[in-house]
Amino acid sequence: MSKIGVFVCHCGENIGGTVDCEKVAQEAAKIPGVEVSTDYKYMCSDPGQTIIKNAIKEKGLDGVVVAACSPRMHESTFRAACAEACLNPYMCEIANIREHCSWVHEKGEATTQKALDLVRMQVEKVKKDLPLSTIKVPVTKKALVIGGGIAGIQAALDIANAGHKVILVEKEPSIGGHMAQLSETFPTLDCSQCILTPRMVEVAQHPNITLYTYAEVEGLEGFIGNFTARIRLKARSVDLEKCTGCGMCTTKCPTKKVPSEFNALMGLRTAIYVPSPQSVPNKPTIDKEHCVYYKTGKCKLCEKVCPTGAITFDAPDEIITEEVGAVVVCTGFDVAPTSEFSEYGYGRYKDVITGLQFERLASASGPTMGEIRRPSDGTVPKKIVFIACAGSRDAAKGRPYCSKICCMYTAKHAMLYQHKVHDGESYVFYMDIRAGGKNYDEFVRRAIEEDGVNYIRGRVARVYERDGKLIVKGVDTLLGGEQVEIEADMVVLATAGVANKGAEDLAQKLHISYDKYNFFAEAHPKLKPVETNTAGIFLAGACQSPKDIPDTVAAASGAAVKVAALFSKDQLLREPVVAVVNRMPPPVFSTCVGCSLCVDICPYSAITMENIKDRAGNVIKTVASINPGLCQGCGTCVAFCRSKSIDLQGFSNEEMYSSVMAALHE
Amino acid sequence: MEKVGLYPGCSLKGSSREYGESVVALARVLNLPLEEIKDWNCCGASSAHAVSKELSLALPARILSLAASQGYKELLVPCAACFSRLKTAQHHLKADDTLCKKIEDIIGAEVGGVKILSVMEWLEKYAIDAIKEKMTHPIKARVACYYGCLLVRPTGVIKGDRVEDPQSLDNLVKLAGATPIDWAFKTECCGGGMSIAATETVGKLSAAVLEDATHRGAKAIIVDCPMCHSNLDMRRPYINKNMESPSAAPVLYITQLLGMACGLTPDEVGVGRHFVNYKEEAICQK
Repeated sequence: MSKIGVFVCHCGENIGGTVDCEKVAQEAAKIPGVEVSTDYKYMCSDPGQTIIKNAIKEKGLDGVVVAACSPRMHESTFRAACAEACLNPYMCEIANIREHCSWVHEKGEATTQKALDLVRMQVEKVKKDLPLSTIKVPVTKKALVIGGGIAGIQAALDIANAGHKVILVEKEPSIGGHMAQLSETFPTLDCSQCILTPRMVEVAQHPNITLYTYAEVEGLEGFIGNFTARIRLKARSVDLEKCTGCGMCTTKCPTKKVPSEFNALMGLRTAIYVPSPQSVPNKPTIDKEHCVYYKTGKCKLCEKVCPTGAITFDAPDEIITEEVGAVVVCTGFDVAPTSEFSEYGYGRYKDVITGLQFERLASASGPTMGEIRRPSDGTVPKKIVFIACAGSRDAAKGRPYCSKICCMYTAKHAMLYQHKVHDGESYVFYMDIRAGGKNYDEFVRRAIEEDGVNYIRGRVARVYERDGKLIVKGVDTLLGGEQVEIEADMVVLATAGVANKGAEDLAQKLHISYDKYNFFAEAHPKLKPVETNTAGIFLAGACQSPKDIPDTVAAASGAAVKVAALFSKDQLLREPVVAVVNRMPPPVFSTCVGCSLCVDICPYSAITMENIKDRAGNVIKTVASINPGLCQGCGTCVAFCRSKSIDLQGFSNEEMYSSVMAALHE
Repeated sequence: MEKVGLYPGCSLKGSSREYGESVVALARVLNLPLEEIKDWNCCGASSAHAVSKELSLALPARILSLAASQGYKELLVPCAACFSRLKTAQHHLKADDTLCKKIEDIIGAEVGGVKILSVMEWLEKYAIDAIKEKMTHPIKARVACYYGCLLVRPTGVIKGDRVEDPQSLDNLVKLAGATPIDWAFKTECCGGGMSIAATETVGKLSAAVLEDATHRGAKAIIVDCPMCHSNLDMRRPYINKNMESPSAAPVLYITQLLGMACGLTPDEVGVGRHFVNYKEEAICQK
């Protein structure tokens, strides 16, 4: 006869508010085999766990059911408590009476009854549970960092400095990301390039970092500690070994009018190009879409002038595979384009630009060498309007979220403008000023008080062009809703931070979750901010949600620590929830008939056929064998097996059957 | 082609008779089956929703119910205010079963599921090929297509094309041989129902609209809302007081423009009823 303990948690008001926990405990005590049944306010707390541990020791329990929150939340907590009391942790089951019951139902008799049913199911299951042991798997101590912006750079350096190998993959020809495009950074106005470029160089020179630029992750297989990544090295048509970065090719290239991505499409570049003078690697790439040779089959001027013969027109893309133990995803963000804003001209007006474009105008390495000039005619704008929350906090635009960085960079933009155009007038239309952060609010006050930026609290209804001026029609809600009309020379939209193009695709390749805006989802918004729901894959930076540089760097270092912690062990323990093929004594050996159907249907290629031999080495029987390191416990083979020879540990047919029958009160 | 029901509302029978006449005349020329629904009532525009929510829903609900019970699947509502009230009522009733039941009890009939069409939607759906076929008399003028507010807003209720820069009228006037200008006041306020209560304000608001249109070279304004029309046309003396220089640009309904392009005479589409005279040679490019 089993000796089961049932422990019902109130979770404060979360469960106790709708479920009569005391009654559940009393009723559960009547289930045959239940030795002890009790309830407590917070079962996950130290006193709560002590109740469980003491009961196991005192009553000699051989199974535990904790009726509490989702097993995703505290299954590991309670299993650890059981283990401490010398009960096999897999003899502990969770009845989820919070997410599956109290949170989704009204208070009442039926809700309490459902909670009791859920407990009953787990009691019957735990009676059939078998003690299991964790599986040990080796760890490949090499990390894959995807994305070479400031998040990826920081994560790669931190992991590499902890003594581990890092593969850094960047899809653009150079690392640096958006931070390399910025002029100065808030709240200190230090030059973005000056603080970033040394780190870019450090990445390139670090003995532990292998850098692949102009490369993309094609696929990721495997599991924590043992991933295999397929990486496409896009053909840049320039041999990085031979190229010295002399720049002859870029000066001679006849295609000179390609909009420069690095300059946010405001400056021009050649078809063979280096994104910026500070690029790492500082070697060119041929943009096949615009190159005359790729379009017409003629030209090859770059090849003729290259002194080292580094141009390789016909080199194909290369696909490589890398074995890694952990992945840090740092793919960053993008800003919504001005063309999205119908009310501000659908991108038709050249002098309505995004914040990122303004960064390039203000940057010393930008298309105007740091002078603020209008894209339309190159004149210095004497009146400039900044519109915050362009597309953020706007449900009608499909983005109710705050892009977080815009309040600060808009204050910085207005400040930089005032510093550069002394007789200029600047206006900022805003909803609220969200300047939470160290020295942030002081920075905004400085823009208003010292640099004389005019802040107007209200929205802009429309921007339209009239006789070369941009008419900005808005409202000043602090002046009783008075309408404001400004004849501006230039308008800067603090357009919403959005997920990168291709984010959804990448998430699917990596098997990580993402939200409806295609930002990657953390495992827990508070307590697991850099983890994903897929073990071994971590997140950092603005691929999660718009983040400023300090937050991004902090997150990247956080993710790096998680990777370092993972790599601190030689072996990893895995949950034993894997499929097994039954084995029995001779002459049966196994009920498996060796049909090998399971081999083909296993999505993780975890199943192979194994020969059972006698002492003389003759094959007696061929049966399926499942590699516990590769098996993900999906159960497909269990459902497929015609002779019912495969079972999922922890979720065996017998356990599930008992559980279902308990639900039916039979 | 299935018959489309027509709900004219008060404007098309009164102050904007020419709109109603031109809708019917255009339908006739283009062979589009159109039939006025019977026993219709006021849609409640401009006052009902300010007085009683139930009334503002029950009035349009009865109209929708009549159209459905008289066998129409689609209901053309040319007046922008009627269109807005009917669409809004349908939106609220669809979203809330309890409310719908209550209103059905009040009107003593089921609301039904008739599809409401504005003139733009009706023309886009049924008339494009017919217009191309019947077009005999291109009107080669630069025109400003003025949508006003009620045909494009609110976003959740009216699911039209680009809300801040709609294109439907622009595409339709091209069929008549006209050139739509790119301008900024397509959906600005004309003063709406304030024509009588605050005529001076209407003068100012409509002047801003007309000023931008004429400044950018429009010779005529094309509308499909009786209120926009009456403000821009009937209140022209008030508008001109607020203009840099007085404007003589006529204001035409889209149905009048298309009707004339398809060979109807100005009288047949009721252009003569306007306050600002329409003369084709005055607006067309030489």
